[in-house]
Amino acid sequence: MASIPSAAPQGAEQKMIEFRAVHKWYGDFHVLKDINLVVRRGERVVVCGPSGSGKSTMIRCINRLEEHQKGQILVDGIELTPDAKHVEAIRREVGMVFQQFNLFPHLTVLENLTLAPVWVRKMPKKEAEELAMQLLERVKIPEQAKKYPGQLSGGQQQRVAIARSLCMRPQVMLFDEPTSALDPEMIKEVLDVMVELANEGMTMICVTHEMGFARTVADSMIFMDGGQIVETAPPKEFFANPKSERTKLFLSQILSH
Amino acid sequence: MTDLAQSPTQSLENGPPGPALRAWHWARGHLFNGPVNTILTLVIVYAFFRVVVPIVRWALIDATWSADSDRACQAAGGACWAFLGSWGRFIIFGRFPYGEQWRPALVLVLFVVMLAVSARPGMRGRTLIAIWLGGIVAVAALMWGGFLGMAYVETELWNGLPLTLILALGGVGFAFPIGVLAALGRRSKLPAIRWLSVAYIELIRGVPLITLLFMASLMVPLFLPTGISIAKLWRAEIGFALFFGAYLAEAVRGGLQAIARGQYEAADALGLGYWQKTCLIILPQALTISIPSIVNLFIGAFKDTTLITIVGIFDVLQDANTGLNDPAWRHAYVEAYATIGMIFFAFCYFMSRYSQYLERRLRRSGTGPRRQ
Repeated sequence: MASIPSAAPQGAEQKMIEFRAVHKWYGDFHVLKDINLVVRRGERVVVCGPSGSGKSTMIRCINRLEEHQKGQILVDGIELTPDAKHVEAIRREVGMVFQQFNLFPHLTVLENLTLAPVWVRKMPKKEAEELAMQLLERVKIPEQAKKYPGQLSGGQQQRVAIARSLCMRPQVMLFDEPTSALDPEMIKEVLDVMVELANEGMTMICVTHEMGFARTVADSMIFMDGGQIVETAPPKEFFANPKSERTKLFLSQILSH
Repeated sequence: MTDLAQSPTQSLENGPPGPALRAWHWARGHLFNGPVNTILTLVIVYAFFRVVVPIVRWALIDATWSADSDRACQAAGGACWAFLGSWGRFIIFGRFPYGEQWRPALVLVLFVVMLAVSARPGMRGRTLIAIWLGGIVAVAALMWGGFLGMAYVETELWNGLPLTLILALGGVGFAFPIGVLAALGRRSKLPAIRWLSVAYIELIRGVPLITLLFMASLMVPLFLPTGISIAKLWRAEIGFALFFGAYLAEAVRGGLQAIARGQYEAADALGLGYWQKTCLIILPQALTISIPSIVNLFIGAFKDTTLITIVGIFDVLQDANTGLNDPAWRHAYVEAYATIGMIFFAFCYFMSRYSQYLERRLRRSGTGPRRQ
């Protein structure tokens, strides 16, 4: 712990996440090609693009669920290296919400939330439970605390998953298609929680096709295709006046219905 | 039964028929519907009277309950339970000093109590560990003795049912951590650990248990420095633990493979270290999935303890054989083996029922793993 440089004092211009010429291959397949990206503290970034474009892979590199082979990734000034201590330090600061929720089915909702604070942050159990209940209030399901994930609806499970990540008091939240596995009537309850989170100033990187959410929340839009960042722009400009042909095609496909 | 005053259609449904009639309807519907079922029913009834009735006659009605030798039983023509009157106590306790046999008897009670307490729902892990550590100390103290006026008894004289239970529970108790570690090792990213685990599992699984027991009892002493010796019982115990550890590793691996990748990723993303992830997230789910195959192995292991005879350790089965060497009871072998069979069946049946109950409970409370 002590050997890891702690976060510098807060500043609006501070770089939270930085990609420097990052490449990644799956065997011969070049998934990420020369990714350069800076996300500042408090910034909300929405990543979109056709499936297979590498957007999930890119954000999964940030907490090293995937390893990159070339270039540098810095999170809060700490470079991601294979050193397990560095990786664990970064994972403590980066929360992630998955498409498939990935709640722990053998633990109650409350236990899902308190597990990491108690074991990783060494927080006293009582304090962790109070924090967990606060966060469950925030995602509007405190009454489900004693239930098991299997007893909840998809939307409720995803809100629990968001609360579970927040329980670690992360600096950044990553969302990997958080609404793609949900039934349509449950998408809104999850997006509402995410909008609220954005309004509170959380740094967020969100892979999603929910363009309404992107318009309301995003500071910048990133369009990826074929493993490359094709276009980066503020949402207004991005939707009204996309520059590249590929972006235009993609937008016409997903906005047409 | 039927009210004739009512219309015919109603009369059929009017009121429930009496029990005798209901039984007859049921029998006609289920036992005699068609020629095949009728023949089957008759065959089964015939077999019942030819097989079950003679067994009951032999075991209970014509049985001899007290006699000095099997000659008296032969006259009666039934089972010779008098054999157990003479040799039953030896079968259970073997050559443990006669006057001290209350000690292994107490050990048996302790084991049953500990198993019963452990089987109760809602037992906390910490309490269980405390109970078993205390239990092991108590069992060791009672068996060895050598204090408080209890004579010292060497492991050579630990025989019979207490020995069988010590072998089985001890073997399984050591096999469990070995098996879990080997299963995890087989999936390790570190090649050295992976190959070591694979080598252990494949080597041990490829060798018959009897060979392993012989090796444990004959070859281990050769490798030990002079002056150090391990009692035969513990060498056999080590052999058992290694053997079942290898099988257990494969059972646990099956459970590990069933855990979705998302569970690992979620634990990683929260910053849990390898052991935290493994012990808090992965193993609880993997072991739940593996319960049926683990219990299956335990039942097999329990029965395989009888192979210990081969290295000259007297378990409950060998004690029964000793009893049959008594010239007075040479013909009581059916009774002797039936008794041993029932003892083993009782324990195995308990394990089997307990695992069914455990699975039901885990499924009902929703704690069982679900694919995501």
